[in-house]
Amino acid sequence: MSGTKKLGLRQRYEYLTRGLDWETSYQPMDKVFPYDSFEGIKIKDWSAWEDPFRLTMDSYWKFQAEKERKLYAVIDAFAQNNGQTGISDGRYANVLKLFLTGISPEEYQAHRGFAFAGRHLRGAGTRVAAQMQSIDELRHLQTQVHTISHYNKYFDGIGEFPHMHDRVWYLSVPKSFFDDARSAGPFEFMIAIGFAFEYLLTNLLFVPFMSGAAYNGDMSTVTFGFSAQSDESRHMTLGIEVIKFLLEQHPDNLPIVQKWVDKWFWRGHRLLGLVAMMMDYMLPKKVMSWKEAWDIYFVEAGGALFQDLGRYGLKMPKYADIATAEAEHISHQNWAVFYQYTHAAAFHTWMPDAEHLDWLSEKYPNTFDKYYRPRWEMWAKMEKEGKRFYNNALPQLCQTCQIPMAYTEPGNPTEICFRSTQYKGETYHFCSDGCKDIFCDEPEKFSQAWLPVHQIFQGNCGGATVPDVLRWYNMNVGADNMDYVGSPDEKLWNEWHAEKLRQAS
Amino acid sequence: MAQIASITLVHTDEARPIIEAIMADNPGVRVLNMPGAVKLDCDGTITVKRASVEERIGRSWDPQEIQLVLVSMAGNLDEDDDHFTLSWRH
Repeated sequence: MSGTKKLGLRQRYEYLTRGLDWETSYQPMDKVFPYDSFEGIKIKDWSAWEDPFRLTMDSYWKFQAEKERKLYAVIDAFAQNNGQTGISDGRYANVLKLFLTGISPEEYQAHRGFAFAGRHLRGAGTRVAAQMQSIDELRHLQTQVHTISHYNKYFDGIGEFPHMHDRVWYLSVPKSFFDDARSAGPFEFMIAIGFAFEYLLTNLLFVPFMSGAAYNGDMSTVTFGFSAQSDESRHMTLGIEVIKFLLEQHPDNLPIVQKWVDKWFWRGHRLLGLVAMMMDYMLPKKVMSWKEAWDIYFVEAGGALFQDLGRYGLKMPKYADIATAEAEHISHQNWAVFYQYTHAAAFHTWMPDAEHLDWLSEKYPNTFDKYYRPRWEMWAKMEKEGKRFYNNALPQLCQTCQIPMAYTEPGNPTEICFRSTQYKGETYHFCSDGCKDIFCDEPEKFSQAWLPVHQIFQGNCGGATVPDVLRWYNMNVGADNMDYVGSPDEKLWNEWHAEKLRQAS
Repeated sequence: MAQIASITLVHTDEARPIIEAIMADNPGVRVLNMPGAVKLDCDGTITVKRASVEERIGRSWDPQEIQLVLVSMAGNLDEDDDHFTLSWRH
């Protein structure tokens, strides 16, 4: 063997990641790794695990440090140059409020979940990959908080994000998603977050949406977004390796994995409805519609992926066709919910202006003019007449996804979709067949869901009236909630704008 | 349906030579320009060659450095000392 020849990447990775673990002797391995068998997954050979990134710990630290240096240079430059005054419109800040309250806390949950998987999976290669991802996820939370903290100096609805995340009605949608994943076994967690969320769906959040941040002048958010996404590429690879590894290890794993793929695809689809609304309604300057993003990142990319996984017998997720059909409706239906409940939301809402309506008509030729434009025009007219529409009844929630029951029947956008089932003498309600199936497979788990509306009615959320509940949310009423028009955010934005015009003249 | 192998990179000065190398080495590559990012698609397989990038930047380049500018990808990854390849072929 030559003493001078440099090792290749494959060999370096082998030497630095293998043979570092050992068979325990003081305690049986099953007691050291107590959680990796109860889910029914069978692993014959953990050493068959392949990490195609072949990233060793020394390279990991080097690359991550470089990413951080670049990101913080941008964050500093943004703050020094008062970048907040250069965004496209004051409305834009609302996407950051929803992002920080609804998504950043889930980065933290992902951090904890991968730390658990990085401890409890028996294979050393898998543990290393999960541990790196755990550190990445913590980095994502930190960089998001640091970036958005600058906006917190100027805009409302940001400062109470961890408190709100645990309490506010719509934030129970992402919270319950991650609570579900984190209370599952380590293999289901890896499929839920590693595969279904990271591989199938994360592109929809981070690519077109972050490109949207760039387009709207938010230099610091696009930078944390793409910095996080560069880790995501590694996470996606982990997700796809997990699924291939499980399917190659034993044929009995296939039905279990298929069930998890079906479940987490549908849960992810429901969760991403919030992103659909951010893209179609909340970005003042738009990059692409939700429908276009869905076609690129699910229909095209997901199609190629499942064609590939077909060789293991894995099929497209159940109800993928319904989700694709819903891509023409979901952003509009969600925006309608938030518009009606703007008094209870910690970000601002508005009716689209004429130019925005035309963009929606162009992007949604099959649905917008027929089903949604007339409603927006009616609500805009009511606003003008001083009769702005608020829904003062608390909505019924889906037991599984926890979203208000506002979605429509597949194939009939004029009828609300209701499903129900009985469990131990109680009736449970669902927004869709997808959510009902998930409940019926694990009724003991989902019958215990913490549903915000039920909890309000049971007196667990600060009191019996809306003001009591908003106080319990730590909501600054009149600043955090209600329409953008008339808000302190709008007043500040208009002042900045007037100052710019005054100085230019 | 054609299986599309894809790489998305940030649109920065650092990524530009990599984007150029991909366009030179992958005939038929399709380019989707988004604000701040570029998505490059090829049927079946797409590759980044170390030599092509080094030729453009005039220094040695480790394919793992792509992680500094990578936004997303689709396909099975094969990474080695001389290339970074995404492919649906087996």
